[in-house]
Amino acid sequence: MATTQDIEIRDSAARANEAVDELRDMQGEKMVLNMGPSHPATHGVLRIVLELDGEVITKADPDVGYLHRGDEKIAENMTYTQFIPYTDRLDYLAPLANNVAYALAVEKALGIEKALPPRCQYIRVMCCELARISAHLLGLGAFAMDVGALTVFLLTFTEREKIYNLCESLTGARFTTSYTRIGGVARDLPPGWCSAVRTFLREVMVNLNEVETLLTRNRIWVDRTRDVGVISKEMAIDYGLSGPNLRGSGVEYDLRKALPYLCYPDLQFDIPIGSVGDCYDRYLVRMEEMRQSVRIIGQCLDKIPGGADNQIKEPVNVADGKIVLPSKDRVLSGMEELIHQFILVTQGMNVPPGEVYFGHENPKGELGFYINSRGGGTPYRLKIRSPSFVNLSILPHVMQGHMMSDTVVILGSLDFVMGECDR
Amino acid sequence: MTAVEQANKLKARFGDLISEPSEFRGEITVHLTDAEHIADVCEFAKRELGFDYLVDVSSLDNYGEDPRWTVVYHLRGLASGCELRIKTGVSEEKSELPTVIGVWRTANWHEREIYDMMGIRFRGHPDLRRILMWEGYPYFPLRKDFPLAGKPSNVPEVAFTQISPMAGGPFVTVAGGNDSIAREPRVRIPGTDAAELNARIEARADNKEMRGQAFGPGPIEPKSSKP
Repeated sequence: MATTQDIEIRDSAARANEAVDELRDMQGEKMVLNMGPSHPATHGVLRIVLELDGEVITKADPDVGYLHRGDEKIAENMTYTQFIPYTDRLDYLAPLANNVAYALAVEKALGIEKALPPRCQYIRVMCCELARISAHLLGLGAFAMDVGALTVFLLTFTEREKIYNLCESLTGARFTTSYTRIGGVARDLPPGWCSAVRTFLREVMVNLNEVETLLTRNRIWVDRTRDVGVISKEMAIDYGLSGPNLRGSGVEYDLRKALPYLCYPDLQFDIPIGSVGDCYDRYLVRMEEMRQSVRIIGQCLDKIPGGADNQIKEPVNVADGKIVLPSKDRVLSGMEELIHQFILVTQGMNVPPGEVYFGHENPKGELGFYINSRGGGTPYRLKIRSPSFVNLSILPHVMQGHMMSDTVVILGSLDFVMGECDR
Repeated sequence: MTAVEQANKLKARFGDLISEPSEFRGEITVHLTDAEHIADVCEFAKRELGFDYLVDVSSLDNYGEDPRWTVVYHLRGLASGCELRIKTGVSEEKSELPTVIGVWRTANWHEREIYDMMGIRFRGHPDLRRILMWEGYPYFPLRKDFPLAGKPSNVPEVAFTQISPMAGGPFVTVAGGNDSIAREPRVRIPGTDAAELNARIEARADNKEMRGQAFGPGPIEPKSSKP
């Protein structure tokens, strides 16, 4: 006859603190351990200099910049349109969302963000949410793999592959999409894309449920993530966290609701928040965000003006020849279009003098572009506020007092990308 | 409460230190005339006006103008949804202003980045080191007088600027036989007019030895090969 037995395992954060207390008197020589920059759990090229007392971390000093390419300097030396491919390479797990964020920032500087055609807005929202699902799937898969649940990685990467296929048929590229243009998108939806997305949405929900059964009530997973890396509400705000990391700490703040852009006000979705702010909460928030993204894309597919095949020829670009390139046949036959094309290609669009900041709810958090223009086709200064950079700055605070083996859990739950952090 | 009302409250508290709020594309900006008071202004904005979230700190190089630097703070109140931008000028001689880490801890890495990229120091910062560039790098790359192509530096092994292995070779060169820097000059150096720049580019293109070298503001001494 089966009997049940209760085993009390105290949370690891308390264990870690207790260990610090116990060992205080017998503190010996501390060891400095160099983790990274090429360590599988640092998801890129993050280096952390850990100061250890036995297995307890007494100090953590993140060292970033190994992937610094000077994107902000480069942006000052080219036209606004030329910079779009560089945005692919910021958060390279969600290039579509970066494209949209950058385009919206430049459009805000131009003052045309309200004039975007509705079809373009719906396409962009679908792009952002697909990118969110893709980025969260990877973040979750890598997180689970670092903690030891390898199967999850295989499941989530199967679904990501399908998103790549959708990206390929939409943009022509699987990875570096460069899909948006200032004032619109590069091309309309290809035939059959919407039904392919619907199929994908059905399949990804099945897959998410399977991942959920593997993790959410898995004793090992819960023990490794609960009460580890706790970030309180106040700390999250003080350190400027954003995205799922901020919401995991219980702050109900999402730029899609707080400062709405595109057609998000027309769509129904919920903002999941955590209650404790530990790694487990951040995992749960990401799981639910993927479901909400599926919900958003489903609504977009139903509501998109012009329908799936756009037989009524809804525009996807703003009707302004000084911003959007004219079609090639018009360039070859019309004088005005030829002039517009020539000016746009050689000088770029004229952004009036002034400064704007636009923050976009990216999968990793708030991706913001601060554009300072002095007129003309190139920005005087373009500052990228990258969520991974800001999210990582909390590491010294959150790591202290944890066991060495919790490092990979905390890093996985913060879900950062170094391409974006280092710019 | 709207951002304009918040800005006016700030002005009421600090008087002439704060300029009239200006609006562009729906965003409110105020200027702080004396950068020494930035920490007090930020403290007041956080405690009294509810700007609990520091979105971003960035910097501008107004090359050829005075003051040369502008530091830009982007504030947000999570509860009120208001956003406010505070800008303050810092002269090139001084290149220093107080830190705001005491107000928001997120300012730590933002200020380190500004120091790293522009060379503006933050007084009272506990850990003002380079963050994106490496320790010991001698220049501040986001300054307008720093060329896009980079500068050679004398730090051995670490800060090298050598000719890339394939530069001038058969693969990076196509039509015209010039290397990519000569074909597409992308360096904009303030103070040099276009004609002079073009002359130098042509001179480069003619001179086979100079091909592939970093294209800085002055004539560059050919770097001796490694000992």
